[in-house]
Amino acid sequence: MRKIWDIHGGVHPPQNKTQSLQDSLKDAPLPSLVVLPLSMHVGAPAIPCVAVGDKVKRGQMVAEPSGGFSAAIHASISGEVIALEDRPISHPSGNPGRAIVIQGDGLDESVGLNPIEDYRQVQPADLVARVNEAGIAGLGGAGFPTHIKLKPISSVDTLIINGSECEPYITADHCLMREFPDQVIQGVQVLAYILGEPKQVLIGIEDNKPDAIEALKNAADGTQIEVVSIPTKYPSGGEKQLIQILTGLEVASGKLPANLGIMVQNPGTAVAVLDAVTKGQVLTSRITTIVGENIEQSGNYRVRIGTTLAELLPQLGLDVDKTHKMVLGGPMMGLAMPDLNTPVLKITNCVLVPSAAELPDPEPAQACIRCGSCAEVCPAQLLPQQLFWFAQAEDHHNLQNHNLFDCIECGACSYVCPSNIPLVQYYRASKGAIREADREHIASDRARRRFEVRNERIEREAQEREAKRAARMQAAKEKQAASRAVETDEDMVAAAMARVKAQSAQEANSSSNDQAIQIQRQSLQDRVESLQIKIKAVEPDIDIKPLESELANAKAQLQRFEDQNPVSEEEANQSPASKPETQDSASAAIERAKQKALLQGELSESEKLAQSLESLTKRISKAEDRVKMARLESTDTLEALENGLEKLLAKQSEAQARLTELQSEQKQEQKKEQEAE
Amino acid sequence: MIIATSSSPHAHKGGARNANILMLEVLLATLPGLAAITWFFGWGTFVNVIWCSLLAILMEAAVMKLRGRPVLFYIKDMSALVTAVLLALAIPPYTPFWVSGIGILFAIIIAKHLYGGLGYNPFNPAMVGYVVLLLSFPVQMTQWATPAPLLADASTLPDLLQSIGLIFGSADNSGIDAITSATPLDLLKQNNSLLLEQLYAAQPVFSQAGINTVGFEWISIGFLLGGIYLIYRKVFTWHAPVGMLAAIVILPLIFFDGGSSASLGSSWFHLMSGATMLGAFFIITDPVSGATSNLGRLIFGAGVGILVFVIRSWGSYPDAIAFAVMLMNFAAPTIDYYTQPRTYGHKERNKVKIGEESE
Repeated sequence: MRKIWDIHGGVHPPQNKTQSLQDSLKDAPLPSLVVLPLSMHVGAPAIPCVAVGDKVKRGQMVAEPSGGFSAAIHASISGEVIALEDRPISHPSGNPGRAIVIQGDGLDESVGLNPIEDYRQVQPADLVARVNEAGIAGLGGAGFPTHIKLKPISSVDTLIINGSECEPYITADHCLMREFPDQVIQGVQVLAYILGEPKQVLIGIEDNKPDAIEALKNAADGTQIEVVSIPTKYPSGGEKQLIQILTGLEVASGKLPANLGIMVQNPGTAVAVLDAVTKGQVLTSRITTIVGENIEQSGNYRVRIGTTLAELLPQLGLDVDKTHKMVLGGPMMGLAMPDLNTPVLKITNCVLVPSAAELPDPEPAQACIRCGSCAEVCPAQLLPQQLFWFAQAEDHHNLQNHNLFDCIECGACSYVCPSNIPLVQYYRASKGAIREADREHIASDRARRRFEVRNERIEREAQEREAKRAARMQAAKEKQAASRAVETDEDMVAAAMARVKAQSAQEANSSSNDQAIQIQRQSLQDRVESLQIKIKAVEPDIDIKPLESELANAKAQLQRFEDQNPVSEEEANQSPASKPETQDSASAAIERAKQKALLQGELSESEKLAQSLESLTKRISKAEDRVKMARLESTDTLEALENGLEKLLAKQSEAQARLTELQSEQKQEQKKEQEAE
Repeated sequence: MIIATSSSPHAHKGGARNANILMLEVLLATLPGLAAITWFFGWGTFVNVIWCSLLAILMEAAVMKLRGRPVLFYIKDMSALVTAVLLALAIPPYTPFWVSGIGILFAIIIAKHLYGGLGYNPFNPAMVGYVVLLLSFPVQMTQWATPAPLLADASTLPDLLQSIGLIFGSADNSGIDAITSATPLDLLKQNNSLLLEQLYAAQPVFSQAGINTVGFEWISIGFLLGGIYLIYRKVFTWHAPVGMLAAIVILPLIFFDGGSSASLGSSWFHLMSGATMLGAFFIITDPVSGATSNLGRLIFGAGVGILVFVIRSWGSYPDAIAFAVMLMNFAAPTIDYYTQPRTYGHKERNKVKIGEESE
């Protein structure tokens, strides 16, 4: 006997499997219409490659995989594509989804891929490509694209086939394994070949399927496959739980079984891979258990993917009016669907239509008495009562600290809760809320980073401006110093050269000022243009008066701006940092400097002050205009301009004060002179 | 057509797992202990049980009406009944009706509903009621009856009608005086001159006993049986009772001094006296106010056991279950922080730093 381990917790709900095991597998009647949702699998929805009106045959690809993480979809009947629209799909939200609708022509003609005689002659990579072409996704209920799973990140040394089927009512895999054991074994061998012949190949089956165990053991005789019987308990069939039972290993939280070198596949998927490889059949049908007290002919049926249940179930004896509930899947983890028009998907392993007595509606929930029954049965060894407490409080921090995302949503906790609390519903809602909060957090983080970088940039620019201003002041001081200390011509020339340098720096500044002005002009012009375009592009019904008045404003602004900042030829033709200009302006400046130096020497302090006051007043008026413009435009430079204006005003008042001082001094001197006389 | 939906799972165990059934099992398990009390101490406790139960249900109905909730739905879960029965079992048999009434008021309305009702009370409601009574009415709460075999020859225990009279009768305690005496724990506490052996020989409550003390031993056995039944029925797990009983057994062994006059009592004595068994199987197993994980429950039970021994030995009160339980109720959330079980796929249990609880 091979050693097996036990999972923590688990429950034993009534199995209810005999109802669907009375007969062998039957074919469901051919549907007249199929609805093929573009998203029947984990990953990106497939992209349709047919159009409305196309005639298709069974097995023809109607939607391509979208990128690497997707699966193909094939027509499951022959007929005509009549629609590509939103239809009810079997999604827990109940929302409709995009689907390809095919109206059958009753002929059921099919196309397929080329069968491969001996798959061992083909490279595994090519077989994986074949699996992708056949649109195979995990048929156990998860719908993970199989071709991706067959390319694991690390080498696989244990291949586990999940034949446990622990949920009550579902017998699809049981039926497959007891009636087609040879195909299951061959399919598993194909998988093993693709994975490079793992050391261990195990099939785990619960001991409530003795006939399947017997059949598989006989079929596996002589192969490398070992059939292991495990005790019946829900949820032994969960991937993580089955790995724990068969190998004693635990899949690390957040990681995949492939990290442990283990791969788990469903026996139905194995047979689908076998059919794709050896018969060239793509995935167009699956075995589904259709069971419940409201169905007369309960049993396992081979159903075409896309068959709507509104068509199929009445054919099996459903009384639509008496339908109380319809669950896709089992009673523990299945989705209750509101609309009978939902289609059978690749992942629909069971359709359960119970009567009200069979699966009664849940009773109203009472308060949690913290009895701990939920923690006793949790296979993931969580504390569901604490998770419930924190879920009610929306305490995301504590939820994650108590490992909410390790919950496999098996439903064992809700099953045993004495207070009838719908625990799993709370966890699903909390998981969604946490994911949403994380998304928002990432977005707000990005916005914050953008804001920080912008602030840094503004600071840096302000500092650069400060540095330039300091340089200008320095140059001005040197100029003054140079003008006072002038004695010889040579000195004057040197001073003039210094002033020229300062002036070219000023010109560079003023050229940057000019650049600023040009930028402003450009922006005003752009605004006018864009408004004009907008007005032209607006729809006839909409009132354009506000736009027109905006346009008028913008034009007026532009005009005002141009009046104040006339574009001179000099500025228009100016090119930055041109040395010949500097040379010319240097000699001219030397002349000017000589003359000004003579004049400056003769000027008294008060006259100098008066001169500087004059120039200050001019500069202040210019600065005020610029500030006004900036206010109207609300540009970034507003703060800087306002600061500049303040400084100018301060200088002006200083100079004013000094001047009045000087004037009063002069007056006093004059008085003294007068008195002396 | 649109049909009803529900969230998975769609099946429920129901039946024996429902909350009210669990409470009924607890009530059933108190019956052996109650029978022993009635046999040895008369009908007083039985009358108290009936009186407290009625009051509790009435009070809970009144509160639910005030809160605007469907009254019957909330009464049906039987939690008020369990609180009332436990309180009635904890107080002396002939406690006046108004004393027990005040106790129920504090237990149901203040300790339970003011915190939000079932499932939200941080303290064990019956113990809150008991502590309020013990501190407010020390005289009434220390008038414990004498076991029937030890009564003076002429007197017998009051019968049912007399019990009702004593409880609902006048405020004068004379009727009760004739039948009260010190409990074994009282005797041990007050003793500071006799060796344990001498004490045991001198006091009839010990000398005439079967295994430990007259009357009280049967009550303890009754509650022990009830507790084992509840563990068998999976109403609660073994962790909390075993933790408490283990602490109560081990500590007297550590402090054993050969039975001197200052002895704190033997393990067996502590197990069989006072409310040890009632506390271990009925009080600390209250799931709402206890710890959450199994390891947490073990620690919780051990903490109660240690505190019971400490208070009994060096505190002012002869018995200390109520105080010990309430002190550990304070500690239960902290215990929960440090005893999270290791989740599947993780290497070790998650640690939570105090102060980092929630944002």
